[in-house]
Amino acid sequence: MIKIGKYIIYDILRNRFVIAYTFFLLLVTLSMFSLESDPGKSTISILNIALLVVPLVSIVFTTIHFYNSYDFMEMLLAQPVQRKTIYFAEYFSVAIALSVAFLIGVAVPLCIFNFNESSVYLILVGLMLTFIFVALALMASVATRDKARATGVALLFWFYFAIIYDGIVLYVIYSFSDYPLEKATLSMVSLNPIDLARIVILLKLDVSAMMGYTGAFYQDFFGSGGGILYSIFVMTLWAFLPLMIAMRRFCTKDI
Amino acid sequence: MKRYLFIVLFLFAGIANASVLEVGVTAKWKTIRSAIQAATSGDTVRILPGIYREGNLVIQKPITLLGIDYPVLDGEDRVEILTIAASNVAIVGLRLINTGVGSINDISAINAIESKYLRVIRNQFENTFFGIHLANSSHCTIEGNILHSNAEAEHQIGNGIHAWKCDSILIRNNQISGHRDGIYFEFVTNSIVERNNSHHNMRYGLHFMFSHNDIYQHNVFKSNGAGVAVMYTKGVTMRYNHFLENWGSSSYGLLLKDIGESHITHNHFIKNTIAVYMEGCSRSEFEYNTFQENGWAIKLQANCDANVFAKNNFLSNTFDMSTNGSLVLNKVDANYWDKYKGYDLNKDQIGDVPFHPVSLYSMVVGKMPSAVMLWRSFLVYMLDRTEEVIPSITPENLKDNRPSMRSYKDI
Repeated sequence: MIKIGKYIIYDILRNRFVIAYTFFLLLVTLSMFSLESDPGKSTISILNIALLVVPLVSIVFTTIHFYNSYDFMEMLLAQPVQRKTIYFAEYFSVAIALSVAFLIGVAVPLCIFNFNESSVYLILVGLMLTFIFVALALMASVATRDKARATGVALLFWFYFAIIYDGIVLYVIYSFSDYPLEKATLSMVSLNPIDLARIVILLKLDVSAMMGYTGAFYQDFFGSGGGILYSIFVMTLWAFLPLMIAMRRFCTKDI
Repeated sequence: MKRYLFIVLFLFAGIANASVLEVGVTAKWKTIRSAIQAATSGDTVRILPGIYREGNLVIQKPITLLGIDYPVLDGEDRVEILTIAASNVAIVGLRLINTGVGSINDISAINAIESKYLRVIRNQFENTFFGIHLANSSHCTIEGNILHSNAEAEHQIGNGIHAWKCDSILIRNNQISGHRDGIYFEFVTNSIVERNNSHHNMRYGLHFMFSHNDIYQHNVFKSNGAGVAVMYTKGVTMRYNHFLENWGSSSYGLLLKDIGESHITHNHFIKNTIAVYMEGCSRSEFEYNTFQENGWAIKLQANCDANVFAKNNFLSNTFDMSTNGSLVLNKVDANYWDKYKGYDLNKDQIGDVPFHPVSLYSMVVGKMPSAVMLWRSFLVYMLDRTEEVIPSITPENLKDNRPSMRSYKDI
């Protein structure tokens, strides 16, 4: 797997997209810090980048890369190599390449200019979102042979999780505002990895406001480390489950 | 010259008359009670280190109780320790522990009834129901005491320093924790509360009602169950206080209900769920305060009028201001808002476009608390920006016409 992964990473580096992505992130992060005098506010702006750009790039790049290396995979499948190995090599090399880009582009400047707890969590959720959306994109890619269709589905994933889903949640909260909605909102939020990532950061940046929530259960959830552990656990599931579903599809698929 | 000499001689004569009565295992008096009985006006009862279990002691003459190395007066979970029913009494350097608990009587470590010029200085209070209880007293000084209790529920414990119907009280440099209310005033006028640290109390760090013309300065109120609440009072001056880390849905840095003609200046409100909550307040001034990292910096109910918010700093709050109606009768002027995105073309450090401190989403969260979960999402960001361009839901008149471009320093 490591050997195959190495070849895939060579391939990724050759087409320069990841390098451009790294520079883009670096440029945005540095400009945030130079434009804004308060580093706390820059962290919030970078949070928006992590929540929108990282999933988008992960999803688009993974689908395109998957289809571009179709021939390579077909060639490998002719060799005595397990499909599982090829699949995981593909997943991890793409995810690791994008994570390294994120680390260089965002994490390094963040650690230099504003190293604190919220920055650490921001880096952590950025990495987790990369792994989650690469897995989701693979799920979309293995489902069909048509590149355009897979890209469309993958983009829809992004659009749904980044914007539409929050609209739905807000609508539900608004419609049922007469009912106790605390637990319902929390479970709805768990169904969206971007929301979970946001909440991990909220618990660091806006905990005073979050404590305005009624009920002792929520005091515990927000006040202690429980909320963060819960979010990270569910996010891990969000990476693991699509990855496994896509793997089963890939292993039985007629390529 | 003769007159001064006379005064000096008179003073010496006074001292010569006052005697010192020593209490201790090896001393002349074995119990505090016997020493108090033997003492006459102006005497000092010197209490040597030890544990004294003498039940309730009543002081009815102007004497001083002076503890050496904190002798312990133990109430054995039964009684009120010291009852003071005289003027010019001083209680210095005692350690008072384990008072009784009562639901009908306010059992206290030191209970003063109709006492003038009482001084309670440098005492320690541990596991007391009420710490210091003043009723119908005046010109008293409570200074340098440490009061601590370990209550688990609000109804099991009394207040740290409790004053009812008093005048001209000075409460200074005390540490109060683990009580119901740290400092409680009812009908207390012309008093000063300064440099106290009231923290981790079950209910309020400071709580007063009908207490006009009092001054609160340089105090720290931290992590109290419900913060600080003050009601039905006019002429309050609060300055240089710190209101810190009051977290919870009904916890306020400072709750003001029916407060009028007051001055709240130079205070720091840091990391509270709601820094200032105002209901029915009138004609009060908020100046040079700093609101930092609060959930809501100011929740202003629409029944407040003629209040002025000027020259305050609003830094890194989740929501700067929220209100519950469209009628705005208060003035917001020349504050520094870190969320301000306007410009200053003539470089006079005053922003050229007004700032609207009430955001759409703060109104949404006010109506639907669960919606706070979506804060900082892209959708909410878009909603807020749209509202800024075309205000439709937020009150149009609640705005700062001269927002400062620079934060106010050293306040």
